Amino acid sequence: MDTVQFRQGLRDGVPIGLGYFAVSFTFGMMAVSGGLTPGQAVLISLTNLTSAGQFAGLDIILASGSLWEMALTQLVINLRYCLMSFSLSQKLGQGISLPHRFVVAFGNTDEIFGVSAAREGRLSPWYNYGAMCVAIPGWTLGTLAGGVSGGLLPDFLVSAFSVAIYGMFLAVIIPPAKKNRAVLLVVIGAMAVSTLFTVIPVLKQVSSGFVIIIATLLAAGAAAYFCPVHDKGGDTNEA
Amino acid sequence: MKPDIYLYILVMAGVTYLIRMLPLVLFKKEITSPFIRSFLYYVPYACLAAMTFPAILTAPSGGLLAGAAGLGAALAAAYREKSLVTVAFCACAAVFIAERIIGMMG
Repeated sequence: MDTVQFRQGLRDGVPIGLGYFAVSFTFGMMAVSGGLTPGQAVLISLTNLTSAGQFAGLDIILASGSLWEMALTQLVINLRYCLMSFSLSQKLGQGISLPHRFVVAFGNTDEIFGVSAAREGRLSPWYNYGAMCVAIPGWTLGTLAGGVSGGLLPDFLVSAFSVAIYGMFLAVIIPPAKKNRAVLLVVIGAMAVSTLFTVIPVLKQVSSGFVIIIATLLAAGAAAYFCPVHDKGGDTNEA
Repeated sequence: MKPDIYLYILVMAGVTYLIRMLPLVLFKKEITSPFIRSFLYYVPYACLAAMTFPAILTAPSGGLLAGAAGLGAALAAAYREKSLVTVAFCACAAVFIAERIIGMMG
């Protein structure tokens, strides 16, 4: 065990854990108001450890969507982790054994990836374990707190909190869209496609999970085709 | 629907973990295809955008105008590059205020 790396991970994990608590509080609240038990909400957070994927998955559970729809939605929404894991794999170096890779993979969230990608030189898995030791309890306990107290909140607060997650998504996508025209077009394009599927009579039948998949494939695919990224800019995402 | 919930959770967690785990375990080489690299780069923006709009408009119980207020506040705060929590708070506060105003007028 590398205690120096572990402690640095713990320290960098604190702001991540606090941020997670706030986001997952909303998740717990929404899950329980949709009919799940707080225990089920906590189980989702503990086993998934991802924001966008869990919110989309919750929609599918509440709409009684198919398991295929669930699998495909998670695949598309969480595809970004594939790129991040590729990148972490490079940074860990070939000497890191399989068990370490299995555990590091579980905690490869956007934010933990962000701090570990910023480390100088080779990455120690113990740094990731340190960050995970703060971030995972933050995410799980926030879900529990939201799930338990959500039912006690008055309706007007639930209504106001219902836009919190979308606010966070916008905070992730708007600043890069300001600086990068291709990202801006991707954002507008994806919103336009999902709007069409909400408004047009026949397209309205398509369930929300598939709409996200279709909009993502179309917008990201078109952008990758017409505006390929030339630099190593794949590590600037956070969500 | 109740008994299925754990099956949903299993599929969610399984797919999410496989995506994170397979590249770390199977590939130690870097992706070179510019198309796939670019596609993966754009994916989070596309999917977060599609999830946000138009869903943000219909999320509050106070109707489209309340949702639009939340959207406007969030866009303004995000444009000024405020933190995630600040942007979320601005959106919530705008919805709260809009619903009070709509309530007074209706």
